[in-house]
Amino acid sequence: MNRFEVLTPADLAHAARLLARQGHVALAGGVDVIDLLKLGIIAPATLVNLKNLPELHGIEPGPRGLRLGALTKLHEVAEHPFIREHYTAVSDAAREAATPQIRNLATVGGNLLQRPRCWYFRHPDVNCLKKGGDRCYALTGLNRYHAILGGGPSFIVHPSNLAPALIALGASARIVGPSGERSVELEKFFTLPSVDPKRENDLKPGEVLVEVNLPPPPAGAKSAYLEAREKQSFDWPLVGAAAMVASDGASRTVRDARIVLCAVAPIPWRSPEAEKEIIGHPLDAERARAAGEACVRGAHPLADNAYKIAMTKVLARRTILKAAGIEEA
Amino acid sequence: MRVSLTVNGQRREDDIEPRTLLVHYLREVAGLTGTHVGCETSLCGACTVLMNGRAVKSCTTLAVQAEGAEITTVEGLARDGKFHPVQEGFWEEHGLQCGYCTPGMIMMATDLLSRNPDPSEAEIRAALEGNLCRCTGYQHIVNAVRYAANKMRAAKGA
Repeated sequence: MNRFEVLTPADLAHAARLLARQGHVALAGGVDVIDLLKLGIIAPATLVNLKNLPELHGIEPGPRGLRLGALTKLHEVAEHPFIREHYTAVSDAAREAATPQIRNLATVGGNLLQRPRCWYFRHPDVNCLKKGGDRCYALTGLNRYHAILGGGPSFIVHPSNLAPALIALGASARIVGPSGERSVELEKFFTLPSVDPKRENDLKPGEVLVEVNLPPPPAGAKSAYLEAREKQSFDWPLVGAAAMVASDGASRTVRDARIVLCAVAPIPWRSPEAEKEIIGHPLDAERARAAGEACVRGAHPLADNAYKIAMTKVLARRTILKAAGIEEA
Repeated sequence: MRVSLTVNGQRREDDIEPRTLLVHYLREVAGLTGTHVGCETSLCGACTVLMNGRAVKSCTTLAVQAEGAEITTVEGLARDGKFHPVQEGFWEEHGLQCGYCTPGMIMMATDLLSRNPDPSEAEIRAALEGNLCRCTGYQHIVNAVRYAANKMRAAKGA
């Protein structure tokens, strides 16, 4: 770890000015940043500790939805009864992430902005495309955990399992920067490597992710998040799926739906193809299966990750049915 | 830079290098070597301490992040020369073999029991998912936590 200084600004405008400077990196829970510092992937001159910025704290449920300050801890998201009831997918995803100790420190903002887990990116001696090198080593190398959708020229998968759940429930991010503030739909906040392989999102130098806002769920909406992993405990998802399904009670006709996948693409991967399969139809196991198939229609597996196609189909189907409260036969 | 925090009930102020990890601060500055350095990558949980009552991995936390916080390490659990019930549970139920993971296991179990006084076996195992025992003595560790839970509930009822 290089030497650095730590500054703890007390107001947001000051934080934004500091973060606009070269070599300044934001510190929230520190879970990912300290990992990256130890690996030498980042070597900032200054860490800007955000913890004293009041705008970044707090969980506020209300009639207009839910506000999650960017410094909200994952354990708070997982345990909050209002979130569990109205934004179940978000609660489930937060509970699946990491371990209790990490959920006690890790923040919503940090989870959304964490860097990919790709072993080439995380290897201190590999200068891959994401670090300014000339190639993505996953393309021809060891790629069992890499992208089957949206890949190229980098084939990382986005590591956040919270992001797909938030996107399934229509979240937006409020961002404050040196020249003012903006609100962006979380779905549009993440950027593909074809836009710029060196980053995973649209946060600009000097910008601070202040809060995530969720609208009230559509009438009759339920949501769920499931993930498949190699280990039952403490593991990253091989594939995850978040689903929001709003349907009419008796007929089960789906009026609105969102399906968003985790760990299959360089961004949280929304699947309008899958949504189309169920919207306007009474939901049953067959419809959910068709939606699972639709999720991977455009998939391009690499040498070692074709298993993700089968896994995605199953997981999407199960998540849709779970959200809708339909028992699988 | 200057940090001030409370460690096991004692206020401290120290000058540290900003990059000092909390575990190194506790071991080398505060002289409390009960907290172990394990994997240093937040995987193994040997370095688990309580920060404001919540278990965290002190190897992936900067000491400056503990500014103003209350830290509890394994040294802070015993009272008047008597083991904390969780420590007693590890003693009575043979919850340790080599002992390397033990301080972290004990702190994580303490966090669990402060929130859930009567955890099921599944809940104990879920709470300990971030703590690795390379002797693989997990069953005895789970038994130790059950012992502590029973003891603490009995003491409350008494």
